[in-house]
Amino acid sequence: MPAPPLLALHGVCKRFGVVEVLTDIELEIRAGQVVALLGDTGAGKSTLVKLISGVAPADKGVIEWEGGTVQIRRPHDARDLGIATVYQDLALCGNLDVVGNLFLGREIRRFGFLDEMEMERRTRHLLERLTKDVPDLRARVVSLSGDQRQTVALARSLLGDPRVLLLDEPTAALGIDQANEVLDLVDELRDRGKGVLLISHNLGDVKALADRAAVLRLGRNNGFFDVNTAPQETILSSITGATENVPRRTAAPDAGW
Amino acid sequence: MADNDTRAEPAAPPSEARRPRPGQAVARAAESWVAAFRRRLGAGEVGKLPAVLVLAAVWITFQSLNENFLSPRNLSNLSVDIVGTGLIAVGLVFVLLLGELDLSVGSISALAAAVFAVLNVNNGVPEWLALIIGVLAGTVAGTVQGFSFARTRVPAFVVTLAGLLTWNGLMLYVLGTSATVNLDENGLVAKLTSHYFTNDAAAYGLAAVGVGLVFLMSCLDRRRRKAADMPHRSLRETAVRTGGLAVIAFASAYLLNRFQGLPLALLIFLVVVAVLDVILRRTHYGRQVYALGGGVEAARRASLSVARVRTAVLAVSGTMAAIGGLFLASRITSVSQGSGSSILLLNAIAAAVIGGTSLFGGRGTTWSAVLGMLVIQSIASGMAITDTPAAVQFMITGGVLFAAVVIDSLSRRSQEAHGRA
Repeated sequence: MPAPPLLALHGVCKRFGVVEVLTDIELEIRAGQVVALLGDTGAGKSTLVKLISGVAPADKGVIEWEGGTVQIRRPHDARDLGIATVYQDLALCGNLDVVGNLFLGREIRRFGFLDEMEMERRTRHLLERLTKDVPDLRARVVSLSGDQRQTVALARSLLGDPRVLLLDEPTAALGIDQANEVLDLVDELRDRGKGVLLISHNLGDVKALADRAAVLRLGRNNGFFDVNTAPQETILSSITGATENVPRRTAAPDAGW
Repeated sequence: MADNDTRAEPAAPPSEARRPRPGQAVARAAESWVAAFRRRLGAGEVGKLPAVLVLAAVWITFQSLNENFLSPRNLSNLSVDIVGTGLIAVGLVFVLLLGELDLSVGSISALAAAVFAVLNVNNGVPEWLALIIGVLAGTVAGTVQGFSFARTRVPAFVVTLAGLLTWNGLMLYVLGTSATVNLDENGLVAKLTSHYFTNDAAAYGLAAVGVGLVFLMSCLDRRRRKAADMPHRSLRETAVRTGGLAVIAFASAYLLNRFQGLPLALLIFLVVVAVLDVILRRTHYGRQVYALGGGVEAARRASLSVARVRTAVLAVSGTMAAIGGLFLASRITSVSQGSGSSILLLNAIAAAVIGGTSLFGGRGTTWSAVLGMLVIQSIASGMAITDTPAAVQFMITGGVLFAAVVIDSLSRRSQEAHGRA
């Protein structure tokens, strides 16, 4: 029997007010696997990421972690499980310096006080592995450039050795060189047995990196593909809605009016 | 955090083998300090510089108008006068760091003083007990407001505006028919601002302990960093920085000793500010306060408990307001229905902002309250000494506050522009 997936979602729903943003979502992320999450703008990709990371918890459905049902009600729960996220808007505190942002919420303490030196040492260590362009660690994040901030957000997600990473458009704000650094990193993470959920608009990247692709359309699953075998056109038509892989529920005929 | 610029500096460059002359060393350290400062200025972080310049300008102006302004007597009185409102301003720094405002601090300070006065003078409760109950009244009032702010998500300035009226009403109720309660002239609370350590050793001792602690901490930090092969400040730079602090500390001690010695009120004020500064910048709690000021959503996603931090911050603000109120009552040894007037609130907010705490949240330290209060009280004292009407004093303080807010706003914009580059 194969090991259960690290993270699995079954029949997950999310609504904001009267709008149902996600309906009956199924998703599986296995260890050592990169799953691409694809879909048009407004398909619910970022909402799904926020749902898994506890920022906008699910209303209905089951979330399983290594086969056991878990509750993710707030960001803390996700972090305790070992889920780390790079949000599309990065979610950094501009007034804190690089070190402060990396360790926010899990500061290293020494005699009850913040151990700035140790945190700075580990930050440097981590960033030097990630990029050639290490920013000034004591500069406020607001004064960094876009790709430096992206690197900081990525470094923060790697801190604490998570088992599942949710990357919401991690290359969108980057130049080609830095984007390639990030993609190499995703490859490395997979080799180290992490599960990665990668949102990207770049089908080329997805083809090159991902093992599986899950397509969302209008808040519903619209097909799962093995990226290595499925032709690109099939995936594309699934994203645009030319093929409806899941029959859309029509209003019940006896619905009152 | 802004002071943490630990730029790379080789541990011991070979050219340093020859001992440089002390003058040269100081000049070079000053140079590197100026360079770091200009880098920060370029990034839009003006910090406390404007407040220091304004303070210098105010002192020079009034000294040229009246030579008694910088006399030991006047400066000593000034150092006691800043304490009451200054303590309130220190609490407000916490709230401002969240990017919020607490409008109730004036009312809370008066409420605490009224509770103390009525318990002690009218009901004969021992002074120490009445004092604790008075301060706790402020803590409770602040916590109630903080809880409402955190749970209802109504902006803090609205919650505390309601608080301003409520606590003011409660204060009038507590005072009842007695319009003014006079405190015991020789009591504990009166002593808070009337006691001076006349022994010269006290002021010099405080200066020595303060400077020594700062030097010790930076040396320990330096040694640890060096051992871990991390960038660290040169010994020279550390010495020059501590030296600058020592000059200010010992000059102040000398001046205070030429009048009546170290005022108890100033000692308490400095200790409170220093302790709160360490809490804000060196503890997990303080880091959360800064993070919330930098972005509530970002802080929430980093698993911070937003509601708890918000409640705690307004509790701190209420507590500090109560302590400040007791010092204000101590200064005039009475509590009246007019205590905690609106000008007190405005002065406290102005002090924090003039000292360099941002109205937009996330930037500032407790020391800014001291600096801003010095500016405001210097203007007030100078006006009094030169017989200028109060109307002019308000206008000048208003002008300084306006300038401070403009600088705050411009530096914020410049920082954002810097980031986009």
